[in-house]
Amino acid sequence: MSANSGEAFRTPLKNVRGLGSAQSGVRHWWLQRITAVALVPLSLWFLWLLMSLMHADFVTARAAIGQPVHAVLLVAFVVSLFWHGALGLQVVIEDYVHVRWQEIALQVAVRFGAFLTAVACLFAIARIALH
Amino acid sequence: MSQSARPLSPHLGIYRWRVNMWQSVLHRLTGLFLCLGALLLAWGLIAVASGADAWSTFAAFCASGIGTLLLVAWTWALLFHLCNGIQHLFRDGGSGFDAAQRDHSRTPSYFATGWIVIGASIVLTVLVWICLFVRSSGGAA
Repeated sequence: MSANSGEAFRTPLKNVRGLGSAQSGVRHWWLQRITAVALVPLSLWFLWLLMSLMHADFVTARAAIGQPVHAVLLVAFVVSLFWHGALGLQVVIEDYVHVRWQEIALQVAVRFGAFLTAVACLFAIARIALH
Repeated sequence: MSQSARPLSPHLGIYRWRVNMWQSVLHRLTGLFLCLGALLLAWGLIAVASGADAWSTFAAFCASGIGTLLLVAWTWALLFHLCNGIQHLFRDGGSGFDAAQRDHSRTPSYFATGWIVIGASIVLTVLVWICLFVRSSGGAA
């Protein structure tokens, strides 16, 4: 317990209460930026794909998604999208939900929901591409 | 959590509204809205994987009035979040943060980029839907 100027008024009570930095903010920040950088080209490509498939019939849509390049890029898009979205929703919940049990329930629900939906998307892409 | 009644930092009400506040609020709102859009993407992919019947249900929803309205809204939300996100990444890298650039009266570029982001997202959304409209009507003719 050094008593330098910054620490002079701090007591170990904050550690007991679990307050202060959780030492995991940089990882969250960095992953949010990495997924954002990945999503810049991927979402432009995805927008183009959607525009080309507007009013497409079932066979055309299925064939387009099943093309190897499109399937691979869709997998990359889905992974970055749901990861980025889950990180963003996590911060929104941290900021606005102040009842502890509700916050924890929502955080768990967001992670499970994002993971499950992303896996469902990936399974669908694989099924389309390998059909 | 009973803490002593310390003074709080000034809250939203005391600040003058500027474009970067709109950007911040819109970035969050479009982000939340795009999370719902991700569910539509999941529906679409699962529909294509499931078969022609599931696809026609999905396509009918997208072509309906409410579906089209949502798709236009999602287009703008995606393009705004994208444009603003690119500016965000540049600001994260430290660009545009000199004192002179934050002072509206001296160098307005800090705020000008915000209006450019909002304007570009609207212009691009209109262009996307003009392209779609021209192509679908051209295909029908």
